[in-house]
Amino acid sequence: MISDGIEDEEKWLTAGIAGLQQNAFYMHRALDSNNIKDALKYSAQMLSELRTSRLSPHKYYELYMRAFDELRKLEIFFKEESRRSCSIIELYELVQHAGNILPRLYLLCTVGSVYIKSKEAPAKDILKDLVEMCRGIQHPLRGLFLRSYLSQVSRDKLPDIGSEYEGDENTVMDAVEFVLQNFTEMNKLWVRMQHQHAIGYSGLQGPAREKEKREKERNELRDLVGKNLHVLSQIEGIDLELYKDIVLPRILEQVVNCKDDLAQYYLMDCLIQVFPDEYHLQTLETLLGACPQLQPSVDIKTVLSGLMERLSNYAASSVEVLPEFVQVEAFAKLNNAIGQVIEAQPDMPVFGAVTLYSSLLTFTLHVHPDRLDYVDQILGACVNKISGKGKLEGKTTKQIVALLSAPLEKYSDIDIALKLSNYPLVMEYLDDSTNKVMSNVIIQSIMKNKTHISTADKVGALFELIKGLIKDLDSDGNDEMDEDDFKEEQNFVARLIQMLYNNDPEEMLKIICTVKKHIMTGGPKRLPFTIPPLIYNALKLVRRVQSQDENASEEATTSATPKKIFQILNQTIEVLSTVPVPDLALRLYLECAEAANDCDLEPVAYEFFTQAYILYEEEISDSKAQVTALYLIIGTLQRMHTFGVENRDTLTHKATGYSAKLLKKPDQCRAVYACSHLFWVEDQDGIKDGERVLLCLKRALRIANAAQQMANVTKGSSGSVILFIEILNKYLYFFEKGNTQITVASIQGLIELVTTEMQSDTATSDPAADAFFSSTMRYIQSQKAKGGATAEKFEPIKV
Amino acid sequence: MVLVLAIGDLHIPHRASDLPAKFKSMLVPGKIQHIICTGNLCIKEVHDYLKSLCPSLHITRGEYDEDSRYPETKTITIGQFKLGLCHGHQVVPWGDLDSLAMLQRQLDVDILVSGHTHQFKAYKHEAGVVINPGSATGAYSSITYDVNPSFVLMDIDGLRVVVYVYELIDGEVKVDKIDFKKTSTATI
Repeated sequence: MISDGIEDEEKWLTAGIAGLQQNAFYMHRALDSNNIKDALKYSAQMLSELRTSRLSPHKYYELYMRAFDELRKLEIFFKEESRRSCSIIELYELVQHAGNILPRLYLLCTVGSVYIKSKEAPAKDILKDLVEMCRGIQHPLRGLFLRSYLSQVSRDKLPDIGSEYEGDENTVMDAVEFVLQNFTEMNKLWVRMQHQHAIGYSGLQGPAREKEKREKERNELRDLVGKNLHVLSQIEGIDLELYKDIVLPRILEQVVNCKDDLAQYYLMDCLIQVFPDEYHLQTLETLLGACPQLQPSVDIKTVLSGLMERLSNYAASSVEVLPEFVQVEAFAKLNNAIGQVIEAQPDMPVFGAVTLYSSLLTFTLHVHPDRLDYVDQILGACVNKISGKGKLEGKTTKQIVALLSAPLEKYSDIDIALKLSNYPLVMEYLDDSTNKVMSNVIIQSIMKNKTHISTADKVGALFELIKGLIKDLDSDGNDEMDEDDFKEEQNFVARLIQMLYNNDPEEMLKIICTVKKHIMTGGPKRLPFTIPPLIYNALKLVRRVQSQDENASEEATTSATPKKIFQILNQTIEVLSTVPVPDLALRLYLECAEAANDCDLEPVAYEFFTQAYILYEEEISDSKAQVTALYLIIGTLQRMHTFGVENRDTLTHKATGYSAKLLKKPDQCRAVYACSHLFWVEDQDGIKDGERVLLCLKRALRIANAAQQMANVTKGSSGSVILFIEILNKYLYFFEKGNTQITVASIQGLIELVTTEMQSDTATSDPAADAFFSSTMRYIQSQKAKGGATAEKFEPIKV
Repeated sequence: MVLVLAIGDLHIPHRASDLPAKFKSMLVPGKIQHIICTGNLCIKEVHDYLKSLCPSLHITRGEYDEDSRYPETKTITIGQFKLGLCHGHQVVPWGDLDSLAMLQRQLDVDILVSGHTHQFKAYKHEAGVVINPGSATGAYSSITYDVNPSFVLMDIDGLRVVVYVYELIDGEVKVDKIDFKKTSTATI
């Protein structure tokens, strides 16, 4: 028959409580009539309920609490009793007549409490007596609760310093001795439970389940044992000396010798929690010395991590305590201890070791932030541990990322992380995707702190670290990255490149070269993202040295000259042809051309233009792209002042040629009239060739006409007059600027042309054109109204 | 009172890594009714960021913009004002006010906002106003030396627009303002 343990327990508990209450009732009745003998009889009977073996710890506790309450009331009576009838010594005698040992001992403790209070005997004697007598109960559960009761009633009666129970005979040592003994005995009982069956055990449940239940029951009782340590921590008389010499060694002795992993783990943790951090610091060696002696199955890393965390917080609490850490060589001891633990447990998984080092790192960053050598040491130890272990599992890599991120967070300057020689070594062991994660963490740290990486060496080291982002690490290319994610990642790298800077042009050039070297390994996918920021960094450098160049003498042996930089720029942009991205390359060539123009390096600028033109002719075939590219060419060319006549003519001729060859007529027209500006530059030395301007405008006009005719033929109606209006505006522009080739007559002619076209039957209505024409007319009016030379000029134009 | 942010030429990430922190802290969502952006953001993240400041976002295409679908020009009517938007690399000579005025006539707008030169300008002529908000990140420009990060905030109220320009000079944000009034005829 399988009995359901829980239901039965409830039954027994209820029965136990009922019995207890009944006897309590009679006990009180006896007390009321001062019948001490009967009172004791009933109290003993009441306490007999606690002799049960049938309750699990949880339920037993309920029963115990009720007994406890009743015993409190009994104690109060005893206090008064001793003043009335029998003496306390007699009472102490009397209670020992109880039949069963458990009730006897509970009563003894109760009376003992009163005895101590009466001070008729030294506290230490009574305490010693009681703690010894309790040995009579060897049953773990009952014994634990009994001793717990002893602990509770004696708590305020320990001969601590400054307590009323202190005296010549009673010292703190006696209090300590008492508590230590109680603790030791309780621990022994507790450990013994491991070798018994669980209380709610039914043989049919199987060993695994049984073990689980047993451990659960043990856990429910652990605080009873731990309480003793608590009591010890509260004893004021225990100073550092006493703690170091007596208390700690005794506790550790018990912890190590009990050889029970549950107890060891709990008690180590408890010990660390209840005693002050200064004590731990001063007894670090002893404390840590116990660790390798513990059972291998104890989760020592959690204990050590807890300790290190406490110490970190202690260090963070006040600056004054920091010297203490140095004095006790805390770091060295902890480092050694961890090493020993790892050695003693060769089967410890990598994850455990890394976690330990992670905690130690956090500790070090809090306590010795200036000791980079310590940080490096920890990283080195980590490398040793993880090398040769092959692929690491997920949680381990996560822990390593946390390990590597900690110094970044602590030191807002990436420089410091770059100084740690073991940092890159640890990163070597990350798999590709984790390397990327870590690289992102590094870049984010740099961006957040706005640190500028300032030497080529540091840049090189940094790019080595983040190589997961810079190039493909494994040739399988097995990570098919989402396109958007990839873009984001590379844009991140681009932003990083903006953070590399040094005031000194020489160093800056070195930085640029270092970056170039690294990003060249990125392959065609990455180059369009990484090359542009580098180009602009270089252009900014050109500007800086350009102004220096003007001041500096020729003897300066600097290699950071505009010429040198332009060479590098040229080489770099050339690489884009491997991707290929002609539109981007063209834009970059033109930017460089303009920069070369500002440096008055005509051949360099010409070369850049040549490259841009080649791209335009050979690589850019999309119409829309051509239009944009052409405007960039025209716009840039218009600003060039360094070209001699020949070069300028060649380039201009080509540009106008391209304009006339665009696919769509309107585009052609607009590009051609834009070219008119190539012949008119407002600068004092600028070209002002009125004739060629007019030629362009006339050519544009012809194209506009052709466009109109085409529209007539293909659509049956004339196209929009807007091109004519645009050209008219250009006429007005150059007229205003003083181009004598532009006559009033020509302007007038255009105005009439437009008006006629707009009024013609076949005209397509175009409100935009109408508005444009109106605003143009208004412009002419307003020019006339200006007065002075302008008004005179515009006066003849009839609107 | 309608607040319009005019901003552009950020060139992230080619020429700048981010907006200046002082600007970022000033630009909070919910305060601005329209954003007009001259272009050259250049990447989607910047577009999303601007969109988060204000859903009414108008952008024209700069020559480095990643998204090629932005239009070359755009016109918007806000209150009594017609605004025109164009990046400016299409208007040769670059930065030339008279050529920009021609574009303004062509778009038939009171206020033309264009960029490309990375230099703040606010220029009034008979037919209207030409505004260049400069580069919000102070990005390198082949046209302008020593670019200071800048952007423009326009307060459009009836027939009046107050143009506030915010410039980051030596680490401090300096504000300047210019008033424009339009007569009740079609254009200023």
